[in-house]
Order: sequence, then structure tokens, then C-alpha cells
Amino acid sequence: MNLTIQLFATFRNNRFKEAQMQFADAITLGQVIAELEITIGEVGMVLVNGRHAPMDQELSDGQLVALFPMLSGG
Amino acid sequence: MMAHTLAKEKNMDKILRVNMSNLSTSSENVPAEWAGLGGRALTSTIVAKEVIPTCHPLGKNNKLVFAPGMLSGTAAANTGRLSAGAKSPLTGTIKESNVGGTAAQMFARLGIKAMIIEGLPTGDAWYGVHVSKDGVVITEETELIGKGNFAVVEALELRFGKKTGVLSIGTAGEMRMLTSNISVKDTDSKIRSHGRGGLGALMGSKKIKFIAIDDTAAPGITLADPDKFKEAARIFAKALISHPATGEGLPTFGTAEMVNIVNAAGGLPTRNFTYGQFEGRENISGETMRETIIERGGKPKHGCQSGCIIQCSQVYNDKDGNYVTSGLEYETIELMGANACVGNLDDIAAADYVMDDIGVDSIETAVTFGVAMEAGVLPFGDGKEVLRILTDEIGRGTPLGRILGSGAGNVGKIYGITRVPVVKNQGIPAYDPRSIKGIGITYATSTMGADHTAGYAVGTNLMGVGGGIVDPLKKDGQVDLSRHVQIAAIMLDSLGLCLFVGFPAADVPTCVPSLIDMLNARFGLELTPEWIGGLGMTTLKTERAFNIAAGFTNIHDRLPEFFEEPLLPHNAVWDFTGDEIDEFWNF
Repeated sequence: MNLTIQLFATFRNNRFKEAQMQFADAITLGQVIAELEITIGEVGMVLVNGRHAPMDQELSDGQLVALFPMLSGG
Repeated sequence: MMAHTLAKEKNMDKILRVNMSNLSTSSENVPAEWAGLGGRALTSTIVAKEVIPTCHPLGKNNKLVFAPGMLSGTAAANTGRLSAGAKSPLTGTIKESNVGGTAAQMFARLGIKAMIIEGLPTGDAWYGVHVSKDGVVITEETELIGKGNFAVVEALELRFGKKTGVLSIGTAGEMRMLTSNISVKDTDSKIRSHGRGGLGALMGSKKIKFIAIDDTAAPGITLADPDKFKEAARIFAKALISHPATGEGLPTFGTAEMVNIVNAAGGLPTRNFTYGQFEGRENISGETMRETIIERGGKPKHGCQSGCIIQCSQVYNDKDGNYVTSGLEYETIELMGANACVGNLDDIAAADYVMDDIGVDSIETAVTFGVAMEAGVLPFGDGKEVLRILTDEIGRGTPLGRILGSGAGNVGKIYGITRVPVVKNQGIPAYDPRSIKGIGITYATSTMGADHTAGYAVGTNLMGVGGGIVDPLKKDGQVDLSRHVQIAAIMLDSLGLCLFVGFPAADVPTCVPSLIDMLNARFGLELTPEWIGGLGMTTLKTERAFNIAAGFTNIHDRLPEFFEEPLLPHNAVWDFTGDEIDEFWNF
């Protein structure tokens, strides 16, 4: 299935800003993050279609995953 | 021994009074009940005790109080914040507005626990106030009247020396505009701002153009236990650096890092709070700002105060490498860039410089432009017209300039607009409360009017600061969260700490104990972490009591009606009942 992956801040270093990527059906959010070679501990915020989601959530075709390192403060 | 040290300390510190009615000054010993206070806890305590709550904010009975934080003037990192307190001309509530720059550390080294400016002069003359180890001198001022803040700083450095500290008002403050702020010189002779609440108008009403500070031969800080202080300060600095928000995110991307985060969460105020996401957000993001600054030879890292090890500020240059502005913050970028749809960093940076120079709050002013654009005063996204209006209308006090200089709430009334994002007449900052509900409770209940810094629930709502995410789209837990962060903010504002110390304070176990150790080693006390929480609760209740006596009720702790309209992309609505919000004060 296809997912849109958006990366922000330092996660873009040596990766990308936004990409359409193919993943196995029923893959979990945590597995997608692992495939991007990002460790869970580095993740500050992860949104699926704009909402917070647990790492064991199964994803479905066409969803948008946005990944941020720990950032805060405005 | 400890009692002796504390007594010595109390004798050293003083309260300065500047009476503008008879142009006299005096120095008083610190009353016992104020000895254990500083920053916001002290300004709010003084305002609550000495200012008549129903007074006119620009009349003879209001007072302007400055107080450095309890740890200001020491060598500890990020402790140089200054509090300014009063009854706010903009909101009519009690106000504490907090700033970096050099003034807090200079006041603290001079042993000035607080400076209270009271009364009103009778004639039309303007004055400058000069503070040094020998006391305070008030002098009539003519040369700098009508001048912008940058010219004031430059002239005062020539007059009093390069190292002079400066608090000043621009032309907006002279005209007593409700958006006007008090500027504070930073280490680069540029400007930081006591931004919120219209305190520039208050200083203008007292006919004070500037306060210059000379800390030559100041007595400095006497630490009760220097070794213990040094060790605690080391642990504190380590906590700051070890947290990813203060150690990596803020120094790399500045506060503009929030643009993409808040946009992704659907809470980025866009087109006068009509949408929660902005198509052009990448152009105004922290990631883009960093690249642009580096490409043009600016500084991506910069401190608002000496001793800052977070360095979230920056110096922004134009395409030719010339200085445009520094300290370009997320709120200014977001509210001008997405909410007023200006959409490019160059126009926003140029506007930021002019706002600093004429001396208006860049949050209130940017929110005002969003409302004015909806009213048809100028088109959404017209950055060049924003710049013209700031310079030619607001800066010069034309009728249109005076209208826009009176803030978002008044502009909404004058033009008959219902989408007016204010609470207690103060503009709502750059997080839509429908999608980030914890900050909405802070906007509603803060004693200051809408103010994100009064209780920054965003960190927990979006990033889980302090032990896990409180879902920003649900009502559960938001009132408790806002109460918790509002109490914590008072600790930060009273110790003289940067707001961002709140992140390691919530997540790094050694941080708060190191702060307590520093306080105890500074003053020779035996305070506990419980004392800090108590200080926050007591101060909040003191501020609330002032507001109630000034005529505010729980009905003022509400968000504007338009927030009941659904916000894309989540169709989020503000659906807290009054009773649910009022639960905030149940402590």
C-alpha cells in the first residue's frame, strides 16, 4: 500500500521532506518508523492524518504520516 | 549563620520609588513580606497591594513596577528575565510582561529588588530616568521625543556609554496606544520587548521616554553559599542542554520550528482564525528560516540575554547580507505569515523591525492586522501595505494608525467584525484553541488575558512534555494541564528564568532540585520544591483577586463565540462549558 511520509526538522537530514512510499499491507506505525531508520526514542510527535496515533496502530492505504523529532517552544 | 546572611542580603537589596507627580525618588528597605519574592511574584504582589483595582490604567493611581527574577544577576544560565507589572491599559486586568535583554541583570547587580514608578506629571514635559548605584535621577528630555527605539538606544549609548542599559518606548508608547510595548536593550544594542498588555502606553502616560541603567561599581550579587550555588548551576545547565527541546530543537530552528508542528496538528491560525492549516507554511517554517539565515550570513543562533545557553533567537539578514531584524519569533512569523497570509519571511522580518522601532507588540499588532484584513482595511497577504501602515499610519498616529494601534478587540468593534480573536481584549497568539485545547484553557483563564506564555500547554498537547501527550483534540485533562503549567510558569517568571526552562523542568529529574538548590545557596534559605508550587498558586490567586476587584468575573474567562464554528482539517470546535472552564479555579 501507499503512504505519504512527511519528515520535519532534523529528520530531513540525509532523508527527504515528503515522499510517497510503498509498504506491506497492515504495517504498523512503529514498523514504518523503523523502516525509515528512525528510533522511537527520537520521535517527539507522530501524526497519522493529523492526529496523534499509537505505535501499534495499523495503517491503511493513502494515509499521511508526519514525523517530528522532540521540538517544543514558541 | 543563615539568618545572618539573609539579614545582610535584605539590607543590601532595596526598593526604588520614582514619583512622577512631584518628580522625586526614594530608596526603601525591602519589607519582610517581599524578601522571598522576585519577578512576577513580586510585581503582582506589589500591584495587588498598591494599585487601586478600579483605577484608570493611564491615570494617576496606576503604577509601573519592574522586578528582576530571584536568580537574575547570578552566573547561572538563562536567569536574566525582567518582569514588568501594572494594571494593563489593554486588558484592564493585572499584568506581568516578561523580557530578556540586559536590564534584569543590571538591576539585580545594583541590588534593586523592584522599581516602582507612580503618579503622573502635571505639565507636557517628557522625562528620562537614570538609574545607577547612587540612586535615581529624573531629567527633562527633549532630544529623543518622537524618536524610534533604535535611535533612542543609539543616542543613549553616546550619552551614557556603550554599556548603558535601556528601557524605552517608541512613538506608539508616546501616543499611549494600547498595542505599545516597552523595549529593552539586548547585548547587541538591539531590542527585546515587554510586549504584551500595552505597558508602553502606561510608561507614556507617566511621560517617561526612557530609563537608562548604569551598573558601574554595582555591589553585585552576594551568594550565601558560593560553592553550593556553582554546583547547582552546573547541574541546571546540564539539564538545559540534555533536553532535546532546549538542547537541540530551539538552538537549531528557533521558535519558528513550531510552524510545521502546529500546521501538521491542524491548529495553525490562518486567515484570521478561519482555517487550521496554511498552504504556504513551508516558506515561513523554522527549517526554511534556518537555511535562509545561513545562506545570507546571518546568525541562526543568538541569545536574548547574556548567559543564555539555549540561543533560540537569531539575526535575520536581507538578500544582500544586511541586518534586518533579530529575535524573530514564531508568534510574529505565524500571525503575520499565516494568519494575515503575508507568507514570506522577508516581509515579516521587515515588519518585525518596524514594530520594534515604533514600539508595538508584534503579537497584538499581527492579530490586529488579521482582523483589519477581514474588515477590508487592506487585502489578506499584502505585506507591503502592512509595512506602509506600520510606518506611515501607526508610527505617525494618523486616525487609521490610532485605530489599528488600539489592538484587535477594538478594531473588531470599530469595523463590526465578529471573528475577533481576543480574551479580555488581548489578542490570541498563534495556536488555534479548537485544535490545541489545553492552550485554549490557558487563554480563557489566564489572569493576563489571552497569553500562551502564561501556561504553555502546547508542549504537552503536541509533544508529551511532562510525561505523555494529552490529546489536543479532546477535552479530557486540559483544565488540569493548564492549571499545572500556569503554576509552573509563575515559578519561571519569578525566578527570572526563560520560559523554555519549563521543558527540562518537566522532563529532567535534576532540573527543579537544582533550581531550589540555587535559590537556597543564593539567599541562605531552606526552600523546598513544595514552596515553589505554593508560590505559583498564591500568586495566581493574588492576581485573580485583583481582577475580581477590578470588575472581572468568571464570564470573562470565556473564548469568543466564533470558536464554536468547526475548524478544518479536524472540524474541531471549542465546546467547553462555562462550568468546565470554571473548574480551573478549584485549587
